Amino acid sequence: MKYVDEFRDRAVAEKLAATIAEEAKGGHDYYFMEFCGGHTHAIFRYGVQDLMPANVHFVHGPGCPVCVLPVRRLDDAVELAERHGAILCSYGDMMRVPGTRQRSLIKAKADGADIRMVYSTMDALKIARDNPDRQVVFFAIGFETTTPPTAVAVLQAEKEGLKNFSVFVNHVLTPAAIGHILDSEDFAPGGPARIDGFLGPSHVSAVIGSKPYEAAAAHYQKPVVICGFEPLDVMQSVLMLIRQIKEGRCEVENEYTRVVTRDGNLKAQALVDEVLELRESFEWRGLGPVANSALRLKEKYAFYDAEKRFEISAKQSRETKSCECPAILRGVKKPTDCKLFGTVCTPDNPMGSCMVSSEGACAAYWTYGRFRNKDQAKQTEIA
Amino acid sequence: MCLAIPAKIVSVDESDATAIVSLEGIKKKISTALIEDAAIGDYVLVHVGYALNKLSEDEAQRTLDLMREGGLLGEELAEITEGSQ
Repeated sequence: MKYVDEFRDRAVAEKLAATIAEEAKGGHDYYFMEFCGGHTHAIFRYGVQDLMPANVHFVHGPGCPVCVLPVRRLDDAVELAERHGAILCSYGDMMRVPGTRQRSLIKAKADGADIRMVYSTMDALKIARDNPDRQVVFFAIGFETTTPPTAVAVLQAEKEGLKNFSVFVNHVLTPAAIGHILDSEDFAPGGPARIDGFLGPSHVSAVIGSKPYEAAAAHYQKPVVICGFEPLDVMQSVLMLIRQIKEGRCEVENEYTRVVTRDGNLKAQALVDEVLELRESFEWRGLGPVANSALRLKEKYAFYDAEKRFEISAKQSRETKSCECPAILRGVKKPTDCKLFGTVCTPDNPMGSCMVSSEGACAAYWTYGRFRNKDQAKQTEIA
Repeated sequence: MCLAIPAKIVSVDESDATAIVSLEGIKKKISTALIEDAAIGDYVLVHVGYALNKLSEDEAQRTLDLMREGGLLGEELAEITEGSQ
């Protein structure tokens, strides 16, 4: 596939690996947070970690919107379908995430709720057109990448006068989360974890551009390299981060220039600005409440806001006991530190969101089996 | 969730801001509401049924050149190692 295969070239990867090993010499350890789940998967799927010298470490970030959605919001979505009898349209990623008492959208659907998996907001609009007597709610989740299609859907519904369509908005913002992580005690000097630089989001940045990270890079003195999702992109970006650190620079650099510009997609930004506005605070699983980190519909479009159209009850939502997803999402624990990982929690029977989502860190560890190699190596050593 | 796939536009319908893209031979209708001037032959990143951005061929080539250049040191190293054997 054009723009994909050439960024997976093995010969170039081997050369880049040698260059990184050479440049990383000098006794320092490097800890880089890859913010996006897409990067976590590229690192594990293509064995990028194995191509790194021992002193270059990846810290897995919270960039998986399915993973960071708090259980409460998922329980609310189930309620919209079950108690209010709405047709709930959801992206496939969300379907198997366990809510309180392990209840997921797919289980609610099996129990009779009308929950439908959609590929696009256009599909949700079509369902609304085809079912004029039913309420249709689109369960909007995702980072800045996925927000513009939600805005387009709301504008389209208004244009068509689709009165039975509404949106349950859970869109979250990347730069706010990066600031929150760096402000946390976990990453304070002397804290349990460390970040020396960021592999910046690929497709979030395609929308918002590289500019929104500049303030954080300067304020926290951490280099950021906007990085594509292919394995060579990740390796090249690691090299760029190491060079920045060695040269004492803390800048936002862009490795993913084939898609990302400094200003981003202005048309998409304008559509989002028209329809959505900042929430003062939003809870993230793992991070807790984060100021100015999410969006909601503007008053002008309140008619399409499912949170206003339906009365959503207060409820006692609960995380699965012993599930380490929150600490994994903060980057302070690895999936293998969780006692549920690979025992009771597997992709077939997920206990936490990081194991369900195709972008979750636990799913990456499990699917590509790299933890097994380490176990085997340990056993061989013992033997 | 943020994954997006590069696909080539094979036809454009300006009346409803949609286009047909080809993904490894599979044709799919997508929305072009988020980009300017979608044209046949453009490569776009497709995400949840929307073209998110156009891909720049020149920039892709430049990045590949940089990667190969960045890898030169590795090649040199190999030569040095081979030479010393």
